[in-house]
Amino acid sequence: MTISPEQLDNIALEYKKKVKIYDKVVKICCGTGCISSGSLKLYDRFKDIINFEGLSAKVLVKITGCHGLCERGPIVVFGDDEILYQSVGKRNVDEDVKLLIETIKSNKIADKLLYKGDDKTKRYVSPLDIPFYAGQNRIVLSLNGTIDPEDIDEYIQRGGYRALYKALKMNTDEIIDWVQKSGLRGRGGGGFPTGAKWRSCKDAEGQPKYILANGDEGDPGAFMDRSLMEGNPHAVLEGMIIGGYAIGSNQGYIYVRDEYPLAVNRLLKAIEKAREYGFLGRNIFNSGFEFDITIFRGGGAFVCGESTALMSSIEGKAGEPRAKYVHTVEKGLWEKPSNLNNVETWACVPHIINNGWEWFASIGTQGSKGTKVFSLVGKVKNTGLIEVPMGKSLKEIIFDLGGGIQGDKKFKAVQTGGPSGGCIPAEYLEMPVDFDSLTKLGSMMGSGGMIVMDERNCMVDVARYFLTFLVEESCGKCTPCREGVRRMHEIVERICNGNGNKGDIEHLEELARAINLGSLCALGQSAPNPVLSTIKYFEDEYRAHIEDKKCPAGVCKALIKFSIIPEKCTGCTLCTHECPVKCITGEKKEAHTIDQAQCIRCGTCYDNCRFDAIKIE
Amino acid sequence: MVEFKINGKLAKGEKGEPILNIARREGHVIPSLCYHETLGSDGRCRLCVVEVKKGNRKRIVTSCLYGAENGIEVYTESPDIWLVRKTVLELLLARCPDSEIIHHLAGQYGVKNVRYTKDEDKGKCILCSLCVRTCESIVGVSAIGTSGKGPAKKVTTPFDEPSDVCIGCGACVVVCPTGHIYMEDKSGVRTIWKKQFELARCPKCGRYHAPVEQLQFISQKSGTPVDELLVCQDCK
Repeated sequence: MTISPEQLDNIALEYKKKVKIYDKVVKICCGTGCISSGSLKLYDRFKDIINFEGLSAKVLVKITGCHGLCERGPIVVFGDDEILYQSVGKRNVDEDVKLLIETIKSNKIADKLLYKGDDKTKRYVSPLDIPFYAGQNRIVLSLNGTIDPEDIDEYIQRGGYRALYKALKMNTDEIIDWVQKSGLRGRGGGGFPTGAKWRSCKDAEGQPKYILANGDEGDPGAFMDRSLMEGNPHAVLEGMIIGGYAIGSNQGYIYVRDEYPLAVNRLLKAIEKAREYGFLGRNIFNSGFEFDITIFRGGGAFVCGESTALMSSIEGKAGEPRAKYVHTVEKGLWEKPSNLNNVETWACVPHIINNGWEWFASIGTQGSKGTKVFSLVGKVKNTGLIEVPMGKSLKEIIFDLGGGIQGDKKFKAVQTGGPSGGCIPAEYLEMPVDFDSLTKLGSMMGSGGMIVMDERNCMVDVARYFLTFLVEESCGKCTPCREGVRRMHEIVERICNGNGNKGDIEHLEELARAINLGSLCALGQSAPNPVLSTIKYFEDEYRAHIEDKKCPAGVCKALIKFSIIPEKCTGCTLCTHECPVKCITGEKKEAHTIDQAQCIRCGTCYDNCRFDAIKIE
Repeated sequence: MVEFKINGKLAKGEKGEPILNIARREGHVIPSLCYHETLGSDGRCRLCVVEVKKGNRKRIVTSCLYGAENGIEVYTESPDIWLVRKTVLELLLARCPDSEIIHHLAGQYGVKNVRYTKDEDKGKCILCSLCVRTCESIVGVSAIGTSGKGPAKKVTTPFDEPSDVCIGCGACVVVCPTGHIYMEDKSGVRTIWKKQFELARCPKCGRYHAPVEQLQFISQKSGTPVDELLVCQDCK
């Protein structure tokens, strides 16, 4: 089928009519975070009650992709950002469904379900007023949490596939020129200028050419790409089709990890629908251009997010990187010119075509244009998915959007860029978040993971955590990464266990440099970053472990002891209940004691005590 | 043909030819473990790193993979190159403490102490993949490959079981630079990769000289009757 722009308008009109018959539209977030908080159960129960109450002709209940505020899931939104309810059905589904029905029937806003400010007095009705959302500029995520990801008509009604139509009327060089001038840089981690990459691939000799989308997100705590693929799959497809036309390719691949079944499922459905509507296939919009997309499900190796390993994996070989002295835009998949971009990068493309490169270039900083999606996790109050203009400071992101540190503890560091990134300390909180600033600090933008840490995070332990991840995820092809990273881990582990030696820091630095210089791919080259950045900013913590055999944050079990300060202990008994090994004893209203022989040093008593009566030695 | 400099001396080679080849031809010494003239480059061991200066950009590359270009300047020795080579050798020594060749190379680069816990389960395998590549592209059977990733990566047969396609030729043993692969010929039976092969006896000298399965494989590929192949190389 070949679709015309008039048909596009008709679909949009039909969809509008279809929705108009309803008095109310209720959207239930079914992103991964909300699903794990019970949103599917909520959806089923709510639909049942709507039917039971005879409201199904009046109320349209929709499933949407991730709304972002995962901390407060399940999220329910009425209309277009009219009311946001949070934690709906988290404790009691039936009770909360009743409140939703009341809102529908009598327009009564359920105070219990509203988002409240820190002081519990301020209430927010529209999500647009909540600081978490107010500080964002949602472009890539503009339709996430708004549209039903499985309904292509709604995507079209919201302007979808208009950019494709517009692009197909443009000269291919002009499209690349726009992407270049927009200043778009790769969102997957490298930050390479997208337009320049497209140009090289277009100019490369050899046919066929391939368009690839990287959806192999694997950083701990990161779910940007996942949420995008789950929440708005058509945006990724549209960007890829435009890229295919500009570069001169007829075949695209999306590489998604198999651990993202919902993303795979929604992309497959989106592709099927796009084929049916003629956005994929032969003669798209009567332009003579032909393009199709195939999903390739990855086995979950972190290294397969690296471009050459990803291509090896699609070719059916082991997911091992290859040297890139000849770039993949010249010799990539099956040795043919291949243009790989992250799914978020692809999803930016329709917006650039629709709104013009000048608009995109007007957002962000000198060297980093547009917006970036981050998954904000760790010890921050509002964990979730955010999209902010490049250049927003770490402080604004963590304290304004994120609401600050849980339990109002002291901020210590933020880890950006995933396992290959680094930890940035408090003194750089004012730093604008863009590609170049983060690199300057010894970290990197990466794909957008942001893990916030507080005073109870031991930075040596953090380095150990990321090294453990990297040891397992090294493909094992080259010696410095396979052997070197596990030896870094060996040293750091020894330090955490209280067996650090003088000279360990210098040894780590030397090994790090060799791994960086000698490794085959970017995973190995950047693997020492978590160690280097923690040494750079928290060397005193390393020294405390090595020289004084102490863990200042009270995390490394071999180096700490929890005890109760009798003068401060009120005998409230909270710690005795919370202690997982029941090693705290004492009479009510009398000072308690910890049995050191039984204590597993988990710190639960410390974290729970309201009277600061537990001390770490 | 391209011209460039290696350690200040003019060098010539084909465009795209690995620098390692050209450098060795011109008499420069660059160590390597995973490179093989016939099997080519794989970039695994990282011992052959050199520094390449192109315009204003100077970087460390693997000489077995980096193709020659006009006008570049190559340096085969520098503090950074030594750091990478020394580190690789110390790491390999910790992995394979019994490997003679690693000891020898480590000695050349002044690696005296190993600062890590020595492995006891890796044998002498440095994962250069020469055996795997030989089995695939020279023998043509792909009986062995690598499994696992990271430190758990190893060379093995599928599922660690005796391979259906292994012909017991022992080419992997010959190509292995460290002598890791176990092969034993005893009383007319060859044992390799957990599989036992009946050895053919030369009708002239009576010596056991090759697995029957290997001779059948060669016969099939070449059309030479097995009877002819039964005669050993020495008696032919």
